[in-house]
Amino acid sequence: MTERYDVLVVGAGPAGLAAAQAAASHGRRVGVIDAQARPGGQVWRHDIAKPPTRAAQAAIAAIDHVELLAGHTVIASEGHTLRTESAHGAHDLEYSALILATGARELLLPFPGWTLPGVTGAGGLQALVKQGWPITGKRVIVAGSGPLLLAAADSLRTHGAQLLGIHEQAPARTMAAFTAQLWRWPERAMQALGLRARLASVPYRFGSHVRAAFGRETLEAVEIVGPHGVQRVACDHLAVGYGLVPDTGLARLLGCALQDGAVHPGVRVDSFGRTSVTHVFAAGEACGIGGLAVARIEGAIAGHAAAGDDASATALLRRRTRARRFSGLLARSFALVPHLHALATPQTTVCRCEDVPLGALDDFSDTRAARLASRCGMGACQGRICGSALAELGRFMPAGSGRPPLFPARLDSLAASAGDLSVTADC
Amino acid sequence: MSGDLIHLCVNGQSVAVPEGANVVAAVAQVTTRFRRSVHGEPRAPLCGMGVCFECRVRVDGHANLRACMTPVREGMQVQTDD
Ligand SMILES: Cc1cc2nc3c(=O)[nH]c(=O)nc-3n(C[C@H](O)[C@H](O)[C@H](O)COP(=O)(O)OP(=O)(O)OC[C@H]3O[C@@H](n4cnc5c(N)ncnc54)[C@H](O)[C@@H]3O)c2cc1C
Ligand code: FES
Repeated sequence: MTERYDVLVVGAGPAGLAAAQAAASHGRRVGVIDAQARPGGQVWRHDIAKPPTRAAQAAIAAIDHVELLAGHTVIASEGHTLRTESAHGAHDLEYSALILATGARELLLPFPGWTLPGVTGAGGLQALVKQGWPITGKRVIVAGSGPLLLAAADSLRTHGAQLLGIHEQAPARTMAAFTAQLWRWPERAMQALGLRARLASVPYRFGSHVRAAFGRETLEAVEIVGPHGVQRVACDHLAVGYGLVPDTGLARLLGCALQDGAVHPGVRVDSFGRTSVTHVFAAGEACGIGGLAVARIEGAIAGHAAAGDDASATALLRRRTRARRFSGLLARSFALVPHLHALATPQTTVCRCEDVPLGALDDFSDTRAARLASRCGMGACQGRICGSALAELGRFMPAGSGRPPLFPARLDSLAASAGDLSVTADC
Repeated sequence: MSGDLIHLCVNGQSVAVPEGANVVAAVAQVTTRFRRSVHGEPRAPLCGMGVCFECRVRVDGHANLRACMTPVREGMQVQTDD
């Protein structure tokens, strides 16, 4: 059976929650879909050891009267209908307007040893400990780039990790310039000060990156290159992430245009969040990395606009412009230094699903030929990890065909019995 | 936050994790290796958010479930891909 909604929102992070609240305030029937078992997205992910922040609680309570389809992953689309898969099977959901609030994922770059158990993303390890991953007393190095390193380190500290150091690749002078600009965003400045105070006992190094990880069955040590030379440090975990990239998988499946000229483009939208496809809106980090404040404002704008209230959407535009300006500062301040592109050797695995070394791609100039010959990007993650990494290294276009299923799905979910969705299971 | 513990069986070993945890937390108590890659290398969770598929395990007979996306339930039988 197909359920019908006036406004359907994909993603129950800050952007999707704000969108649902705004659309529902106009009396529309609204549904919110999220692959996770609980609402909150990344920043407000449920933490087994900590109550949710007041802001998260309020945002989740505000969609009390909205239908939340948690544990539903969108896998395919046809016309105005999305197909989701949950533990209970496949579901078809029809919409008049659709809002994509699919967020972002971490940029993970290959380097020798990055496939060892114990090496994770920075936000990745943060997400794992919130799910109950045992970290108490474990020696952890946090590395990579961006403000997420501090947020992740703070969560790890709360859960009892022994933090050996935070290594930011951006050079000290860039970081000094960034800090000097922060006063323009008092809330951000306060947040940064709070994090630094809580992490005061943890060394925070600039111009420093991890060049290799060592271990037999699991991580034992890492090699760090900094302004004062190379250092080998024994540790249990390396949490390393190089910032975030927009998740545009569903947008591409729907045929929405992406931004021109960006290495990791977000969904192209106008100021009301309208994409290039009629009746499809997008908001939050799917449209470019901007953090919590941007996600909430853009979600509300898209929610009002999708419900047909342009006046309420317009009233929020000034706040959006200001919040997005901070994204620009972040992007400039945490731009990756070029030598990070040279960490992977020809022997380093780049596609973890199919164990394809970087060198296996050397003889190809076109993505399709390389994928077919090497199987790079053809595994379970459908090129989500290696595609972003290769795009960053300037090797290929991001992988991911934009064809269904969006995630590996059970065959019975793909069988088009419930409706007329035409899907292929061959990618 | 609630003090309730959920009991699961991972590779034949009994483990307890707090309510609200995901299967990934239970497996981590038993082994550092969640699966072997196509060339036999040990692998474990990378992204923590359902993207990388490195945390795939068998749960109650269903293969290839992402442990980081699967909430724990009392009595679950989990098998890593050895
Ligand atoms: C691992 C990680 C940790 C982070 N931690 C912090 C932090 O501690 N502090 C901070 O300020 N920022 C953090 N961020 C940055 C964060 O992305 C933003 O602050 C904020 O969460 C963005 O909000 P959003 O609503 O745009 O997207 P998100 O919060 O990412 O929400 C997107 C939601 O869409 C869902 N989704 C996507 N595709 C589908 C699909 N096909 N089917 C069903 N559901 C789907 C996802 O499950 C997700 O819940 C983190 C980011 C990541 C990747
Ligand atoms: S850890 Fe990446 S999918 Fe579970």
